[in-house]
Formats: sequence, C-alpha cells, structure tokens
Amino acid sequence: MTRTMWDSSVGKKTVMAVSGLIMLAYLVVHMLGNLKIFFGSDDFNHYAHWLRTLGEPFLHYEWALWIIRVVLVAAVVAHAVSAYQLSRRDLRARPTKYVHKKPRTSYATRTMRWGGVILGLFIVWHILDLTTGTVHPDGFQSGHPYQNVIDTFSTWYGSVVYIVAMLALGLHIRHGFWSAAQTLGVGSRTRDRAFKTIANALALVLTVGFIAVPVGVMTGVVS
Amino acid sequence: MKLTLRVWRQQNADADGAMSTYDVDDISADMSFLEMLDTLNEELILRGDDPVAFDHDCREGICGACSLVINGDAHGPERTTTCQLHMRSFEDGDTIDIEPWRASAFPVVKDLVVDRSAFDRIIQAGGYVTAPTGAAPEAHATPVPKPDADFAFENAECIGCGACVAACPNGAAMLFTSAKVNHLNVLPQGAPERETRVLDMVAQMDEEGFGGCTLAGECATACPKGIPLVSITGMNKEWLRATRKSGRR
Repeated sequence: MTRTMWDSSVGKKTVMAVSGLIMLAYLVVHMLGNLKIFFGSDDFNHYAHWLRTLGEPFLHYEWALWIIRVVLVAAVVAHAVSAYQLSRRDLRARPTKYVHKKPRTSYATRTMRWGGVILGLFIVWHILDLTTGTVHPDGFQSGHPYQNVIDTFSTWYGSVVYIVAMLALGLHIRHGFWSAAQTLGVGSRTRDRAFKTIANALALVLTVGFIAVPVGVMTGVVS
Repeated sequence: MKLTLRVWRQQNADADGAMSTYDVDDISADMSFLEMLDTLNEELILRGDDPVAFDHDCREGICGACSLVINGDAHGPERTTTCQLHMRSFEDGDTIDIEPWRASAFPVVKDLVVDRSAFDRIIQAGGYVTAPTGAAPEAHATPVPKPDADFAFENAECIGCGACVAACPNGAAMLFTSAKVNHLNVLPQGAPERETRVLDMVAQMDEEGFGGCTLAGECATACPKGIPLVSITGMNKEWLRATRKSGRR
C-alpha cells in the first residue's frame, strides 16, 4: 500500500495534501501563540517557556517540543520531495512549449512551486534567526524570545524577509488548502464554495496574524 | 475575411518543426474552422505544396478526432470542438496561431496530427466492464439512483479528444482518466472491477508519461463536453478507497 502510494502521481499528491494539512494546523497554533506578544514580554516569555514544559510530568522537559519538531521536519521533507518529484514529472510531460502563450490559471496556482521554494528557504532562515540565533542581529539571548523578536524586526531585512514569506504563505494556502480537499476526495460540487471560502479565510487570517508582529514592532506598538 | 495563419509544420515525428505563415482570403464567417483549413489546403495543393495535416472525422462534434490548439486554447476560443468552431468567432484581418496538442505522451506524427494511442492504452487498462452485456437490457432491470445515473452520464460524455491534456499546464490526463473511471465506477454494472479499474487506469496514465494534477482547472475549462473538475476529485476518492481496500487483502 505504501508502495502504491509513493509510486503513483495520485498517491504522491495525497502525501502532499496530508503533510500540507499537518503544517497548516501547526501554523494556526503558531500564529495564535505569536499574538501573545501584544500582551507584553512577561506573557510572551511565559508562553514560550510553557511550550517547553508542555506534557509534563508525563513527558520530560522539551519532549513535546521535540516531538512536534520531528513531525514537522517529516512533513516538510515529505511535502518537498513529493513536490520536487511531481514537478519533474509535470515538466517532462510537456517538453515542447506552446508558441502562443496565454496567461493561464490564477496567480496563486502559478506561484505554487516558486512560492514553495521561497517558503522552504524562509523556514531555514527563520530557524537560524529565532531558534538557533545563528543569523540573529544584536546577540541572540536564549530564553528571551520577546527581546529576540523585537531585535529581528528592528532590522529592515528581518521584516522584509518575514513579510514577503508570509505573503507567499497566504498564496500557497489559498490554492493548497482547496487542492488538498480535492486530492483527498472530500471536495464536491455542493461543498466547493465552502472549501474555497475556508481556504481564503485561512490564507488571510494566517497572513494578517503573522504580519501583525513585525508591523507591531515597526510601529512601536510592541517595544 | 482575410486571415493570416501561423501553422505548426513538422514533416514527421523525428523532424524539427516550426511555425509557417500563410495568408488566406475569401473566408466566409459561416465556415467551420476545419473548412477554413480545407480552403488553405486546396490552395497549397494547387501550388504544389504539401497540405497541412490535421485530424478530423465526423465534423459534428462527437468523435473527438479534431485536435488543434488555436491561439493558445485547445479547440479555440469557444467551448466546443474545433470542427464546431466557426469563423465568426474571429475578426477580419486576425492572425491565428495553430499548434498541435503538446504533450510527451502525444508525440507529433505530422504537422498538427498527434498520436493519441496513450488514451487507448489507458482504456485498455480498465475502461470496460467484464460482464457480458448482450443486447440493450430492459431499462429498469438494474435500478440506478438518479444522481448516480446523471453523474455517470455526465462523465460518459467524454469523447477522448485530449483537449484536457493539451490545456493542462502539466500535460496531465487526469480529467480524461477520471471521466472514464467515474462513468463506470458509479454504476452497478461497473462495480465488480471498481477497485482494479481505478488503480490500473491511474497506473497506466502515469506509465504513459502524463503529468500530475495541480488543480489548475484548465482542463475543465477547455473540455468541449463540459466534464467537470469535480470528476478528478471523484477519481481521487475512488483511488484512495481502492488503495485502502487492496492493502487489506
């Protein structure tokens, strides 16, 4: 069954749909957590610390966080590998392009591949910036996420990279969520409008919710 | 009408092709697109040139033989087959680009003719019922719920022209394959092969080198028979169901 899944173009799309939905669910929680920054440094730092004690005493310190990280890395890898292999297949399927070119499909649909690459690069940047602190400006302080966030968004490039990536994320979800519904076979004529609306709502809420943080820092609401 | 045509000319499957420009005059707005090409070919023959090769058969929009990409649209600007497209859809003085279906699974045979036997092999992989059906049975012998009958009929309208593949940015045959899978899978007559049909036809579709689906929706827009995009959703559902079932065996 695993073999059938991975060897088929339809099966690989299923892998993409499921891994995409896992990442989407995480992003909703991540975005809501981020908004705690508007309640001040104590609230935000306490929340960040709580994430490490999540599941205690059943789980040890940071275990829940590491389980989430492993699941997410698996989802990102599965999503990216499937996307790469499917894209290769798609490009091979039309070796000769049409001479008469037309702007086809919506912007969100056309930008799925490059948007996905941008998001992949952003994830690397984001972890190096706010998890490991490797590329962080002004000395990264482990255990002080509130200050780290403010330092990052106090640089122009920190905010630009973040905002561009979040716009790409919105477009990706707009087409991706609805597509996942079709791939998993739960879409139908009667439910089509509902899935499109949910996709647009998720895209909008996530983009606005995430961008609110750098905008908050830049406007001085968060300092 | 006076028109400038830019037509894909390619001597054979191995030769390199290119767009050639032709001027045609005295085109009536009531001519079909194929009649316009016939006019061009008559002139070419009189001049001693090689006529443009293109596929056509019934010329009444039901056989699925015609296959031209006109100005970047499979079957041209109207939602119909090329043979049912009329010159009134164009303006006097227009330049019209005419190209063959573009897909590695549909190699060009000559000029605008492509080899679509990949579709035949997808059908051979499972697009049939194994029960001997004989003559048309009494209509009420096998009860079929009305919505199922409607969905089956909607999908059965597919004429296998390949416009979906031509229009798809990935050269995918998902709309064609889904139409053929759904129209049998939804009916009791197709039930015995419900799982093997979808698994085998999708596997053959991949084998032929068609691309994958990115839900761009271009196929359903180009389809002259109006096969809906939701047919693909239906096939995905059938495929997942069959994969789960075959895993349990």
